Amino acid sequence: MRFMVMVRANRDSESGAMPSAQRLAEMGKFNEELVKAGVMLAAAGLRASSMGARVRFSGSKRTVIDGPFAETKELIAGFWLWQVRSLDEAIEWVKRCPNPFDGESEIEIRQVFETEDFG
Amino acid sequence: MMSADIQRNIDAVWRIESPRLIAVLTRMLRDVGVAEELTQDVLVTALEHWPRSGVPDNPGAWLMTAAKRRAIDYLRRQKLLERKHAQLGYELESGQEQPAADIEAGMDDEIGDDLLRLMFVACHPVLSTDARVALTLRLLGGLTTGEIARAYLQPEPTIAQRIVRAKRTLADKKVAFEVPRAAELSERLGSVLEVIYLVFNEGYTATTGDDWMRPDLCGEALRLGRVLAGLMPREAEVHGLVALMEIQASRERTRVDAEGRPVLLLEQNRAQWDRLLIRRGLDALERAAKAGPAGPYTLQAMIAACHAQALTVQATDWVRIAQLYETLAQMTPSPVVELNRAVAISRAFGAQSGLDLVDALAAEPALDNYHLLPSVRGDLLSKLGRVDEAREEFQRAAALAGNARERQLLLQRAADCGRKAASS
Repeated sequence: MRFMVMVRANRDSESGAMPSAQRLAEMGKFNEELVKAGVMLAAAGLRASSMGARVRFSGSKRTVIDGPFAETKELIAGFWLWQVRSLDEAIEWVKRCPNPFDGESEIEIRQVFETEDFG
Repeated sequence: MMSADIQRNIDAVWRIESPRLIAVLTRMLRDVGVAEELTQDVLVTALEHWPRSGVPDNPGAWLMTAAKRRAIDYLRRQKLLERKHAQLGYELESGQEQPAADIEAGMDDEIGDDLLRLMFVACHPVLSTDARVALTLRLLGGLTTGEIARAYLQPEPTIAQRIVRAKRTLADKKVAFEVPRAAELSERLGSVLEVIYLVFNEGYTATTGDDWMRPDLCGEALRLGRVLAGLMPREAEVHGLVALMEIQASRERTRVDAEGRPVLLLEQNRAQWDRLLIRRGLDALERAAKAGPAGPYTLQAMIAACHAQALTVQATDWVRIAQLYETLAQMTPSPVVELNRAVAISRAFGAQSGLDLVDALAAEPALDNYHLLPSVRGDLLSKLGRVDEAREEFQRAAALAGNARERQLLLQRAADCGRKAASS
């Protein structure tokens, strides 16, 4: 089964500051572990929401809202797509991830719908 | 407090760590059976301790240290310690003084080598193919005997027996725990790749029944393939096999319709093919091309890539596919490959050209009971308007087909031909 594993944004990631060399190295090593274990399908870091936009739907109307967005904790700063055998395995891998930011951070794990879910 | 949470956490840790533990212990003990037993003992210890003490911060390192300790105890009991003491004792003690992360970093390559050796042992030619598959899933997939049994619709004792016997054979034949050297490597690697692809195909073709209860064999095979590609990045065929599996898996959701009937490649909804897996497959193909000349898996992956890259059936480059099949046929002569080549030729140069090739294959005894021969022949005949002959071929194909869903499809096509014949 597949999981999307999302790093929640915080003030640092929203400020547009690049992570330190050390953090990049730690993340690089973790990513390497994921590849070696055959877990990693895809990964990407996201630019600050100030570089993005939203489209709000209301009935047939569409309104474009430019970033940045206020509710920082609800934003995503990066994600992986993993193939593992259970939610618990995904949780175990996330526990092995270096803290993405200084201090508090949060990583959210969500299961991806598979073909059989629609069967 | 043995909460369900901790139990599930331990299971997950186990899945991730057990192949590494077994691999390292097999190197220490030179006996895969004992290595697996001791690894199981460590699991039992973890199940006893962790609910009370909490799961350690670095469970992998904890398990590895505990496993090595067991191995050393075992060696001591076996009085083999004199020979191995210096080396192993040093490794364990010096390891304990370092922070856990350093141990992992230092040993990572070594563990990789051990995992690779374990793959070659599990897929050793002294074992039957069935035994290789079961042992690989058990040792490298971390699947339980029960899970393997369910996946292969076999009684659990049968699989348990198979694994026990396989381990005994490896011990009796004194199979070395090593990656084979140059001369032997290509044949032995062939066996490893074959086992992985067998697992993949078991998951890929078995689409009926209690699927939801079965561990995802395609996913497991892909995982093993990706791990192997990381361990042997210079072997073109490893990347070729990974590419083949990624691209085939990209079609998984379009291979059966809502009623569970198989949908042929050319009738699948290409918009629903998994672009991520196609991308990964094409990347793997690129790595294969950089690593060396194309072998049979790479060629099959290249053929799969031709389909994957054609946004519509009409856009398919059949001439190239026919060429690739020809190269494949030269490398691994097989009537099945010839049959596929005939299909490609018929698409590229017309049904009659394909039919000529298929007719030449009809005398091939290897294809006597192969339902796809009459099925392809029926298809070509119907394209040429020879519907009566086509109907007979589809009926013959249906009688030979092992899969009930496929049989239905063939009977349907026979009936369609019958209708056309009647209305003409």
